[in-house]
Amino acid sequence: MAADNSVLLGLVEEFVSGQVDSKAAETSTGVKNGQFTILQLVEALGVSLSSSQPQTRGRGVQLLSQVLQECYSSLSEREVEVLLAFYENRLKDHYVIIPHVLQGLKALTKCSVLPPGSAVSVLKSIFQDIHVQSLMLAERSCVYNILISLMESKEEELKGLGADFIFGFVQSVDGERDPRNLLLAFQVARNIIQRGYDLGKFVEELFEVMSCYFPIDFSPPPSDPRGITQEELVLSLRAVLTGTSQFAEFLLPLIIEKLDSDIQSAKVDSLQTLFVSCVQVSQTASERVESAGLSALSALVSCLSRSVLNSDSEDVLQVFLSLVLKDCQHHLCEPDLKLVWPSAKLLQAAAGASYRASLIVSAAIIPALLEQYNNRTQCAHRRTLLEVLQGFVQPTALSRPDSVLVAFQQSLCGVVFSALTESSAGLQVTATRVLSALGQQPGLMAQTDVEKAVDHLSRLILEEDDPKLSSAVVECSGSLAHLHPKAFISRLIPRLKEEILSGQSDAAVRQRCVTALASVSSLPSVVQESAPVLLQVCGFSVEEVAAVCISLQKIAEHARDSEEIGRFFHDIIIPHLLGLCLQAALQTRDAGQPSERKKQHLWDSTCHSFTSPQVEIPEIDRLLLQLEDLSCTCTHLFSFTSAAKCFAGLVNKRPAGTHRIYLLPQSHALNFVISVELENTSSAQRTQAFTLLLWVSKALLLRYHPLSTALTDQLFALLSDPALGSQAADGFGVLMSDCLDVLNRGCHADVRIMYRQRFFAENSTKLVQGFNSAEQVKVNELLPLLLEALSCADQAVQLSTLSCLQPVLLEPPEALRNQLEALFSRLLALTTSPAMKVRIASLQCVHALSRLPEHTVLPFRARVLKALAVPLDDKKRLVRKEAVAARAEWFLLGSPGGR
Amino acid sequence: MNSHQQANRFTQRELQVIMSGGTRLENANPLIFQRSGDRLLTATDEDEDAADPIDDREIFDLIRSINDPEHPLSLKELNVVEQMRVNVNDEESTVSVEFTPTIPHCSMATLIGLSLKVKLLRSLPDRFKIDVHITPGTHASEDAVNKQLADKERVAAALENSQLLEVVNQCLSTRTM
Repeated sequence: MAADNSVLLGLVEEFVSGQVDSKAAETSTGVKNGQFTILQLVEALGVSLSSSQPQTRGRGVQLLSQVLQECYSSLSEREVEVLLAFYENRLKDHYVIIPHVLQGLKALTKCSVLPPGSAVSVLKSIFQDIHVQSLMLAERSCVYNILISLMESKEEELKGLGADFIFGFVQSVDGERDPRNLLLAFQVARNIIQRGYDLGKFVEELFEVMSCYFPIDFSPPPSDPRGITQEELVLSLRAVLTGTSQFAEFLLPLIIEKLDSDIQSAKVDSLQTLFVSCVQVSQTASERVESAGLSALSALVSCLSRSVLNSDSEDVLQVFLSLVLKDCQHHLCEPDLKLVWPSAKLLQAAAGASYRASLIVSAAIIPALLEQYNNRTQCAHRRTLLEVLQGFVQPTALSRPDSVLVAFQQSLCGVVFSALTESSAGLQVTATRVLSALGQQPGLMAQTDVEKAVDHLSRLILEEDDPKLSSAVVECSGSLAHLHPKAFISRLIPRLKEEILSGQSDAAVRQRCVTALASVSSLPSVVQESAPVLLQVCGFSVEEVAAVCISLQKIAEHARDSEEIGRFFHDIIIPHLLGLCLQAALQTRDAGQPSERKKQHLWDSTCHSFTSPQVEIPEIDRLLLQLEDLSCTCTHLFSFTSAAKCFAGLVNKRPAGTHRIYLLPQSHALNFVISVELENTSSAQRTQAFTLLLWVSKALLLRYHPLSTALTDQLFALLSDPALGSQAADGFGVLMSDCLDVLNRGCHADVRIMYRQRFFAENSTKLVQGFNSAEQVKVNELLPLLLEALSCADQAVQLSTLSCLQPVLLEPPEALRNQLEALFSRLLALTTSPAMKVRIASLQCVHALSRLPEHTVLPFRARVLKALAVPLDDKKRLVRKEAVAARAEWFLLGSPGGR
Repeated sequence: MNSHQQANRFTQRELQVIMSGGTRLENANPLIFQRSGDRLLTATDEDEDAADPIDDREIFDLIRSINDPEHPLSLKELNVVEQMRVNVNDEESTVSVEFTPTIPHCSMATLIGLSLKVKLLRSLPDRFKIDVHITPGTHASEDAVNKQLADKERVAAALENSQLLEVVNQCLSTRTM
């Protein structure tokens, strides 16, 4: 042993001091042969390793590292532990030694017997003591290799380091430029991502440090011995960038930005990366990211579609789409249909981007889908495929008549019809949607197909009771009827009519028929056929009549702008409804709730049809007579009110001069009714007469008709009526407020803009008189009106109201007490009015208010005094005089020696 | 003596006067002058656009109807105030009023001055600087009264006394005649 020892010492001496490199190999051989142990080697190195000369220490470490590289596999765990501790410690040593230390560590980390905890401690030492990017190429490579080795053998331990590991790696790799090392770094990153290391909060950092190489532009030197290619780097980086959905939010903007690059290869790389990432992303849960990815793809396709083609160049769009198709198409054919939706979305996004793209994609996908559909037998699968198909068939802004779909017209219709006969409601619902989509595009359904489709729809309406399916069928019928009215008139309506009139079907079926009829009725020609059928249903139960009325109302609402339908309604429907109405009114004298509802619908639909001013209403005189009669004689509150409203609505819209006859004494019942009924205080119909009077007054007031004054005067007179007084007071509220169902601009009523101001200007005196003479209850109703008149912008109205108000305030009615707050704010606001007279009058009113019982007005004292300080400085002396007088009184209020 | 104490003294003296005044009139038979008529309305007054500056007459109209604390007469009727002793400058926001007590020893002088001052405070925009003082040479303790009336704090303190305020308010109340 002593001899071996001296041999070893000799080798060490020659290597360290004699600089004979070959002695390292000899030493290794000696260790491998068992001639010496590592321990002996370390002992022999003792002097050099503790030398004060860095070069000597470096040489010593170098020898040890070179030997370890040869024989790391034969080391025991104990030896590895000791050596690791030594090397970790050496990391802090002089820089000339570091390369050798790293070589040694690299060898040691390859050991299979790494003691527990050693991986963490080695990494911590490296991350802590070494600035990787200031090392030489080979040493950097060493660090990456150490990382890779440790990730292989000590994955669990490294994951225990958590985000520290990611951070250490990010720091080490930041700035790496050598392609060989980059490959290693990409490998580490890929391992990190794929093996599920926790990125913690360093997701963006890791992405940044990797994505800065994207897109890779690398041309290897001609005599590159390592043979690294651009392709290798690109794929390796792409695997990192698209490896995790956590990168998605950073990656997509980056790609979109790089797409603008001028470098051809960069563009291609971006596109391919985008594509891979789209596929990845579509499988993730984040909808936001998914939609961003899809819109990126769509934008890309539309961009490519606009690219200019050279005669000899390849069509970029074609190339790209074929790439997309290749990747997606097979998902559509897989038996479990797992990735159908992500793929379909990608394809639809691509197809939706441009017309050309849609041609290419549809041409490839639709036959595949149709084939798949026919091969499958499970309803769920078929439904999925049909839903995907619907996405491609759905008309978009880009659709053109010469769509690629025309080629598949036959088979598409075939598939839809077969689906409509399936037993699964879900499949049928989807089929109706596809059918609507097909029907909306010209050329996709032949006349026979349309007829077939209508037959299917009729059958479904009559036979299927699933509510979802029914509503889908109704919706589909509605959209098809708009485009193919003839088929519906000739096939669907007669069939439903027959069913309804057969009287054998149950109520649910009739209900569906009614809904379907309403839904298809959007064109005049259809309405003319369907509405009479609807009216015929009216013979059945109350609920059905109500349903019919709702349907008619829907039709009327739809047809708001169609004159033809409006005319038809007036010609045919309204007389019917009126008849029904009268009939119902007669019945309701002893009937209950449901019929009231029915009538409500009747009236709603009637009111709706009175919307269009240009429609000439046939027999308007008779209609008016009937309405008037109904409004005066009916005892049912809703009915006579509605009749009065309808009457008023019509009167409001009659051309100037024509409706005089209804109002003049000698000519008509209205006057008779109103005056007779109203004068006869014992009459049972006074309320009805009053209601009619009120609504007609409103109708005329709105259009500035001269007769309105006479009518409103009657209302004023009624304020003192013991029975109707409070209703009359309420009535002024009706006159001044907007009405939602009739007499508004939405109903094309004749409404002048300033009618309120005009009313106040003419009537505020009467209002105040009424106010004075009226009982307490009615005053409560009138006060808000007066207050409204005060806030009206018209100065004349303000002035007349103020001058009427002032005497009232001198002897204020009890009711005023509850309105003081509103009164004060309006009056005080008017003290700064631009009109001198308004200022004076309002100050007089404020003055008058100081005489109210002290406890009621004292709370306003401070506010009034403050507000009146302003007009003290009014530019007009007369105003100042009033302000001084009023303010003096308010000062005395509640003050000793005052009042 | 600080101003607050002064104010209190001011109040105390006026109160004594008020209390004694109820029993005995100092000047039982004053000279009575004619009441002046209302200002005549002019076309300018009615013109919306024309600005009417505050003038001497307007100020005089504010104060002429103030009641005398002793007599059931207005200050104008007793010639305590006269239009010629009213001086206003609207642009400079100053107003000066001289009043002439009916007799040189009138103990009501301060009270009259206070009423004038309060009336103007309540009736004029607060931009005005209001000066109320005794017509020079018409009262025995002219300086003292003027000083009291010129002191804002004393006036404010006086008005915080409810008995004093009551008398002032009575002077300022519009009589129903």
